[in-house]
Amino acid sequence: VTRFRFAVSVMPKEGILDPQGRAVEQSLPHLRVDNVRDVRVGRRVELMVEADHRESARQLVERLAGELFANPLIETWAVEELPLAEPAAAAAGAGVRR
Amino acid sequence: VKVGVVVFPGSNCDRDALHAARLAGAEAVLLWHETPDLAGSELVVLPGGFAYGDYLRAGVLARFSPIMRAVGDHAERGGLVLGICNGFQVLAEAGLVPGALLRNRSLRFEHGWVRLSVERRDTRFTWKVPQGTTLRMPVAHGEGCYFLPEPELDDLERRGQVLFRYAPPEGNPNGSVRDIAGVLDASGRVCGLMPHPERASEPILGSDDGMLLLRSLVEGAAETPPQRRSAIVEAAR
Repeated sequence: VTRFRFAVSVMPKEGILDPQGRAVEQSLPHLRVDNVRDVRVGRRVELMVEADHRESARQLVERLAGELFANPLIETWAVEELPLAEPAAAAAGAGVRR
Repeated sequence: VKVGVVVFPGSNCDRDALHAARLAGAEAVLLWHETPDLAGSELVVLPGGFAYGDYLRAGVLARFSPIMRAVGDHAERGGLVLGICNGFQVLAEAGLVPGALLRNRSLRFEHGWVRLSVERRDTRFTWKVPQGTTLRMPVAHGEGCYFLPEPELDDLERRGQVLFRYAPPEGNPNGSVRDIAGVLDASGRVCGLMPHPERASEPILGSDDGMLLLRSLVEGAAETPPQRRSAIVEAAR
């Protein structure tokens, strides 16, 4: 069994009202920023999966993304694999799986 | 009629719903979400509150509670389900009613009295509402902005699945599409709505209009013989 780390980025679908993004954008003048547009606010979920293969780990993450992390009616998502962050693995260098 | 009110961790309108169901004349019990058993309930109520703290998205974690499998089976068999506020969010996340509930357009937690137009009176939820009556009930939610993409919205309207809309003078508190406050599933036996009928169940609360819905459910199930019940289901399609 190998460990794999992933991040799932969830964003409101194009055209879906994003009141959080709009609120952030409206606060920008308070920071004296007037050249930022199209602020969208989403959510990022990081997780570690124990699996025999990268492919099966990724499939599980895709499934969780569509069933749990995101609502496909209103959100899109993207899965990305992360390097293992454990100190031991990082120290071993070559042992780090990407 | 036996009414089961589901209790999720974070539900906070479960006792109110239980009380209102009893006022309407039902035998009512609380159902703990970890037990996938409806204890013979003919009507299942998913109450308001903040199940699982509304983490991730309102309603989504509750959707995977063990009892929701039983609720899904109950709906599949034509059983009655009423989701109120957070309960509506759970139903939508579970796909038991169409659509999704987004953050209020105002970004505020909206609470106060609203008025509802009743789009259909030939349903198990509304048959006791007198013609031309609007219902006065409270809302209290942060994510009540009903959303469905346009083409599906037209289908929803065509199939008569829009049951309640926000009406003047208070109007729409959350920016929902086409002022939708409550919808039915395709069978007409599952209803989700954002306003709280159980909080409008006695005059001392400011309104007892919510009892028209609860009595429609409770008395309908008691008085309607099986063959007539199926006729109402047909009418609701």
